[in-house]
Amino acid sequence: MSDDTLTIEVDGKSVEARKGQMLIEVTDAIGTYVPRFCYHNKLSVAANCRMCLVEVEKAPKPLPACATPVMDGMKVFTQSNYAREAQKSVMEFLLINHPLDCPICDQGGECELQDLAMGYGNDVSRYQEKKRVVKDKNIGPLVQTEMTRCIHCTRCVRFGEEIAGIQELGSCGRGENMEIGTYVEKSMSSEMSGNIIDLCPVGALTSKPFRFSARTWEMKQLPGIAAHDAVGSNLDFHVRRNEVKRVAPAENEDINEVWLSDRDRFSYEGLYSEERLTQPMLKTDGEWQEVDWETALYAARDRLKSAIDNKGAAQTGTLLSANSSTEEIYLLQKLLRESACQNIDHRLGQIDFSEQDRAPVFPGLGQSIADLENLDAALIIGGNLRKEQPILNHRLRKASLNGAAVMQLNSVAYEFNYALDKEIIVSSLDLARNLAGVLKVIGEAADFSTELKDFLANVELNEDHRHVAARLKEADSASILLGTLCESYEDYYTIYALAELLAEHTGACLSAAGSSANAAGAWLAGGVPHRGPGGAEIADSGKHAAEMINEGLACYLLYQTEPELDCRDSTAALKALNAAESVIVCSSFQSQSMLEYADVLLPIALFAENEGSYVNAEGKQQNFKPAVTPAGEARPGWKVLRVLANMLGLDGFQYENIDQLRAEALTTIGDIKKGKSMVPLLSAPLNQTNVGIQRISDTPMNSSDSLVRHAKSLQETTDVGDGAVHINSKLAEQLGLLESEKVRAEQNENSLTLPLVLDDKVADGCALIHARQTETAALGAWFSDIKLGKT
Amino acid sequence: MTKSTKPLLSGHAREEIDHWVAKYPEDQKQSAVLGALREVQHENGGYLTTELMDAVADYLDMAPIAVYEVASFYSMFETKPVGRHSISVCTNISCMLRGSDDIVRHIEKKLDIRIGETTGDKRYYLKEEEECLAACCGAPMMMVDHIYYENLTPEKVDDILDGLE
Ligand code: SF4
Ligand code: FES
Ligand code: FES
Repeated sequence: MSDDTLTIEVDGKSVEARKGQMLIEVTDAIGTYVPRFCYHNKLSVAANCRMCLVEVEKAPKPLPACATPVMDGMKVFTQSNYAREAQKSVMEFLLINHPLDCPICDQGGECELQDLAMGYGNDVSRYQEKKRVVKDKNIGPLVQTEMTRCIHCTRCVRFGEEIAGIQELGSCGRGENMEIGTYVEKSMSSEMSGNIIDLCPVGALTSKPFRFSARTWEMKQLPGIAAHDAVGSNLDFHVRRNEVKRVAPAENEDINEVWLSDRDRFSYEGLYSEERLTQPMLKTDGEWQEVDWETALYAARDRLKSAIDNKGAAQTGTLLSANSSTEEIYLLQKLLRESACQNIDHRLGQIDFSEQDRAPVFPGLGQSIADLENLDAALIIGGNLRKEQPILNHRLRKASLNGAAVMQLNSVAYEFNYALDKEIIVSSLDLARNLAGVLKVIGEAADFSTELKDFLANVELNEDHRHVAARLKEADSASILLGTLCESYEDYYTIYALAELLAEHTGACLSAAGSSANAAGAWLAGGVPHRGPGGAEIADSGKHAAEMINEGLACYLLYQTEPELDCRDSTAALKALNAAESVIVCSSFQSQSMLEYADVLLPIALFAENEGSYVNAEGKQQNFKPAVTPAGEARPGWKVLRVLANMLGLDGFQYENIDQLRAEALTTIGDIKKGKSMVPLLSAPLNQTNVGIQRISDTPMNSSDSLVRHAKSLQETTDVGDGAVHINSKLAEQLGLLESEKVRAEQNENSLTLPLVLDDKVADGCALIHARQTETAALGAWFSDIKLGKT
Repeated sequence: MTKSTKPLLSGHAREEIDHWVAKYPEDQKQSAVLGALREVQHENGGYLTTELMDAVADYLDMAPIAVYEVASFYSMFETKPVGRHSISVCTNISCMLRGSDDIVRHIEKKLDIRIGETTGDKRYYLKEEEECLAACCGAPMMMVDHIYYENLTPEKVDDILDGLE
């Protein structure tokens, strides 16, 4: 027995425990249930509900198991009359003010209070006086409050402080007048706020979109995988009569622990959007008609075939969403490549493809998700990690609370829910130059090649560069995290190469996780024009996304994307699509623009309706099954592609089920290993500092893909685009613009009049306009020179 | 966002808060919140506003809700506008036994307000006081603008209240 362990006795059984553990941890570990409300193993101990009282030998009174540290030789009785009496008395007190409204409470059937009241409560209340009533608070579109039901366990308050990192809920007033709330009316801004729904042991905090729409016992719980970021959070669908009513996290300590981001939790609403495409549709002579599958598929086949036969395979191409499953992407590329076409790409936001041949086999974290917690230093480059990948940021937050130095190099001073050690906020054009500065500092004491020295020769150094370099170097374990934004920069591969060199020379881990649910799977399955499945070399590589848009193709096959929003240059995308001879769309949604440019619409299954697998940022492959049947006539995408391939007369598409398809895809892909890494190469010179104004962009969390864009409640949050131009007050002053004014934004030939927002978080000389929003799509590329002026 | 240029906290309030901050370790600035709120409330005619609490939060690097929690917990902070003179009549055991209820009734009648209310001319605020004010030997007693008055009778109360401007 080491010094650290001791022995206690629980209900007569002798149990080993670690020093410093609380009793409840020990009883939980051996499966002895002690009732509790305020205790939660992911939160600090508050010991305010007193439900967990147990008898401890020699103690003069019952002790709360959640706040009593174990001691050697301690004898604990969790079920004795003495313990039960104490627990029952606490229950009686708790029920004094709790309303008896279980029949109309959404928590009914899954309520910890209801359950425990069955075990510890009395049939009849001795309390005759008036119960207190608390006014409900409006804390935003996601969480419904019913504060009369609150038992003041403060789990939600502690969650804000300890996990979400923004204190928004608090306990105001005292004694009988204590109320949990925000004090002033305010929507919660945490990207993880939905977790308080699960934490609240009673029906005080419930899901607003779900409200009154089903009883818990009518629903089935079916597993799934989240479909928005590269984390692959595990989740459960709560399904009633073939309809997803709710989504809750499924525990997976290695991935999402017990949490779920709001985007992953509430995006299911998109399944029931009115814009769902539920019927195959065909445009004949400019008129749309609903048709049966056969007609639609033949029409698609004919268009594809005629484009390939008449214009050559190089005139056909596919743009796809990297939220599609590995199986779908594998089939798509197989279909195209069997037709001698290599034009397939999921990197719709990218413009720099210069070094794509040297890219790793798949973009990844380079470490496990849990490893992020143990970092000593991290540098976030060109991305808003907190909103792009809330769960990864949560892990990084834990590291930061343990003393890690987290830094950002960005064009917007993004707010984090922990203190940053340093931030360098510069125009997107100067980002590489600043990264080079950090590298140059490292070079002072390292053996750089002459080539690299020459490259860095003209880079100016400042104290910030020295600071970041020192932090990365002194850390035992450091990471450099490339965000999603810099993927859209014109010098992405320069930034990538610099980051890789920096990682190499500081011993840091380079991570470029991509932000889609299956960016890794898309690379692995061959969803890129220059590589086949598993990163296989391809003799004559096809056109990448930007070429497909800028050069224009005769025929496009779009897969689960809205290029007018998802492509880096929305106007160019629309132009190319409208000019194409035929556009075949496999999608779960339809939009006005789609009806204009498309010729055939094939409705496919979405999220909970689909089957397949994703590969997350760690390279972990996770399978998912459908929880509900697809809307209307929609069919799983892989089946649609299978039929299409067979109709085209292609061989090797006779899959009987998804397992066969998956097996083939996985064998072709081979081991999911990072394989070849990129050789750092600095071909392009660094940007010259520009004199004009640079338009920069970011994608708000709840605008990232078509599913979330159609999720009603998420669209009511503040994490969506606001259609405004954001500049800092310095630039506003230079331009003589006032916040209340509208501003004329001119980008190349396009111009729009937009509201102006003064935001000092934006870098000097930059104008931030959110990406992926219809209001500003007409301006064109996400990053570009822009002119701003009075209207 | 741009901040309004007029500082919510006066120079004097800042000095006072700094004085409290200096008493605590550097990373424990929030310990000064009680002192800060007291000063700010005093300068604002006896009550706090959300804007003022936000300004204190900002000054002490605290989440606004953490300041609201403190302000709403302690009875010496008023979070709604109240009259110039704050009257707290103790109604705890000793005072109750010595007739504090009559004193309260007398004041309510005299000022034509109920406990917890402010007179129309904003001159008096009859505060609800829950705790024993620790002057039991002089019961019944009341506290007016931080000054204790003991062994009250209705006449004595009239004198005291009429003497306030
Ligand atoms: S709202 Fe729920 S989680 Fe928050 S304190 Fe009340 S009972 Fe606990
Ligand atoms: S669970 Fe122990 S006091 Fe609440
Ligand atoms: S009871 Fe009134 S002062 Fe103590």
